[in-house]
Amino acid sequence: MGRTVGNNRFTKCLAVLITSLLGGGAAQAAWELNMPVGATDVSAKVFDLHMLILWVCVAIGVLVFAAMIYCIVVFRKSKGAVADTSIAHSNTAEFIWTVIPVLILIAMAVPAAQTLVEIEVVRDTEMTIKITGYQWKWEYEYVGEDVSFYSSLASESNAARQLNTDIDPFEVENYLLDVDKPLVVPAGTRIRYLITSNDVLHAWWMPDFAVKKDAIPGFINEGWFEVNEPGIYRGQCAELCGKDHGFMPVVVEVLPKEEFDVWLAEKKGGVARAAATANQ
Amino acid sequence: MSATTTHDEHHDDHGPDKGIMRWITTTNHKDIGTLYLFFALAMLFVGGAMSLVIRAELFQPGLQFVNPDFFNQMTTMHALIMVFGMIMPAFVGFANWMVPMMIGAPDMALPRLNNWSFWILPFAGTMLLSTLFMDGGGPASGWTLYPPLVLQTGDALPFAIFAVHLLGVSSIMGAINIIVTIMNMRAPGMTLMKMPLFVWTWLITAYLLIAVMPVLAGGVTMLLTDAFFGTSFFQAAGGGDPVLFQHIFWFFGHPEVYIIILPAFGIISQIIPTFSRKPLFGNDSMIYATASIAFLSFIVWAHHMFTVGMPLAGQLFFMLSTMLIAVPTGVKVFNWTSTMWKGSLSFETPMLFALAFLFLFTIGGFSGLMLAIVPADFQYHDSYFVVAHFHYVLVPGALFGAIAGAYFWMPKWTGHMYNETLGKVHFWLSAIFVNVLFFPQHFLGLAGMPRRIPDYATQFADFNAISTIGAFGFGFTQLLFVYIVIKCVRGGEKATAQVWDGAEGLEWTVPSPAPYHTFEDAPEVR
Repeated sequence: MGRTVGNNRFTKCLAVLITSLLGGGAAQAAWELNMPVGATDVSAKVFDLHMLILWVCVAIGVLVFAAMIYCIVVFRKSKGAVADTSIAHSNTAEFIWTVIPVLILIAMAVPAAQTLVEIEVVRDTEMTIKITGYQWKWEYEYVGEDVSFYSSLASESNAARQLNTDIDPFEVENYLLDVDKPLVVPAGTRIRYLITSNDVLHAWWMPDFAVKKDAIPGFINEGWFEVNEPGIYRGQCAELCGKDHGFMPVVVEVLPKEEFDVWLAEKKGGVARAAATANQ
Repeated sequence: MSATTTHDEHHDDHGPDKGIMRWITTTNHKDIGTLYLFFALAMLFVGGAMSLVIRAELFQPGLQFVNPDFFNQMTTMHALIMVFGMIMPAFVGFANWMVPMMIGAPDMALPRLNNWSFWILPFAGTMLLSTLFMDGGGPASGWTLYPPLVLQTGDALPFAIFAVHLLGVSSIMGAINIIVTIMNMRAPGMTLMKMPLFVWTWLITAYLLIAVMPVLAGGVTMLLTDAFFGTSFFQAAGGGDPVLFQHIFWFFGHPEVYIIILPAFGIISQIIPTFSRKPLFGNDSMIYATASIAFLSFIVWAHHMFTVGMPLAGQLFFMLSTMLIAVPTGVKVFNWTSTMWKGSLSFETPMLFALAFLFLFTIGGFSGLMLAIVPADFQYHDSYFVVAHFHYVLVPGALFGAIAGAYFWMPKWTGHMYNETLGKVHFWLSAIFVNVLFFPQHFLGLAGMPRRIPDYATQFADFNAISTIGAFGFGFTQLLFVYIVIKCVRGGEKATAQVWDGAEGLEWTVPSPAPYHTFEDAPEVR
């Protein structure tokens, strides 16, 4: 019996490994080495921007490092190289390696600025969610819908993360990236989020949406995202917020629109029933 | 006339006092330089031990050794100790030893201030470390001390703030001394543009220090009054603004980055020409590039806080100004490379560390450029990518610069050559382990691991394990450095006055070890 369980786990691991090697299951595979392409148009653009700068840096790096290595290999005293002390400065060279980097930087700044404008301009949003950070959980409020709830670390992860526990984190599914109640949003909907904090600074980071925004007490920040594919997406608090900073994950469950409407109606019903009970 | 006579009576060479009083009462720039350097070396191991606690806990997922609160105290204290207790004092030590000898001055301009600025340090450092034993533990809010979290610190808060004040006072006095020395005590003929690059970078660094250390002092004082005197500078409940502290902190913090790296630039600019046996390429443009970096460092601070929700125009401004820093920094890298071009290179330990600096600092520069791109920064910010970035510029950047300088000038300080074989072993182990330690952190950050967390999701396990192995390798390798230094102080092959056949500059005209007093009669610089 035990062996069967073990075998199943092994097969599962193998399957995950193969899919990730083949580049399938985009989000999961990209999670490992590089930034995720993510699940929104914006996150894909941010990923492209990231790869663009990365390759520009690699190209410049190859040239500069090649020049350094060439000097190290060729101009060795041990190989009889004699210093040409007449080479002390060159205004032409200084001019060239000032101007060319400026041009490259401008070429990088243009797409960066375009993407930034797209991220920062919040318009035509269809619904609003208010996110509030607490030590150490998140509160999600569906503005105008009278639905709100807290989202904290899932109890399995919470048990496994205690000091000197016997639970192996590898045995816990989505260790530290699972919550009791995820934020539920509809796919294909432009969602505006407002974010603030009730105590200290937090930051709501969802790598797959390319969203990271600070939760600041006394301030309300805003932004937006629109997720194309239904699924479960995982992130974490990114701003140090005290002892359990590492233990307040961000989990978003993206449902097809119709399913979301059903979910919201159920939630509202629950709230209404709760309110009714309270009134009695 | 009588004044001259009195002066002449003092002219007989007098050595230092004997015993411990020599070090406590000394006003000699070489003694004080030595004190700074050994203090920094000791703090390297204190701060390093803390980083090994951090890396040990992060070796595998789950909590094995420390609780999360102590983990946060370690990340906070590691940074405070390394920045204020290790790397800054190390470079002030270099300045004390080398600036007077490089400009042909007999000592620092303000010797008693010099003694005081050093002797504040051990007390400030001890006070800072003592907070770990206080009720509620040491500060655990990160070295950035962001409110409101920092206001939750226990008894340690006022002590940590006072320690930061003291460290700042020490830095400001050191900076004043360096500026006054450079401006007033250069030998005849040593014009500003003839000054060695190390002196130039320190002159600029000293101005940065005077400009921004008081800003930090102001910021932490406001924290103090928020915590104890009922003000609400940073408390939203009282009408304050938590983000204001971040602006104040980073207005100090970004120039601070260059306060740390510019002296290393200076050291590298001394070493590469020496072992290329060629003058520094584009000496003047190197000076202008340093000055431009220093100027730009004042107008980029908010790139540390792109996620706080700034207006679009603000984000664009700080992105563009930050990208601009790549230009003068590039000029420096290109000039160092051109210095080696058609040179006659040899690869003694200082040169090896300088070359590692050249390669690895450039990698840190590239990731810095990537971080400047705001939309991408939304992903990088507060992740391990940032940790990898700033450790690349601080460890194989600033620290390798300091180690390179130590090997470079150790024969001048001690009169003995260090053991070259051991030096090379130290270099290769350091250079390999530093990459094992920090390179995987780029991947961790991109894959979504936040910084300052004591435990992590299982997909981050492999790279964290590799990073921890690198950390222990790097940490224990530095014990070899201590052995090499002690061995070199005690004895070894006699060093000549010039030490390195390609070395040029006033410091190489005096005997090795440098006599207790040098240049009592100013040398003539042509």
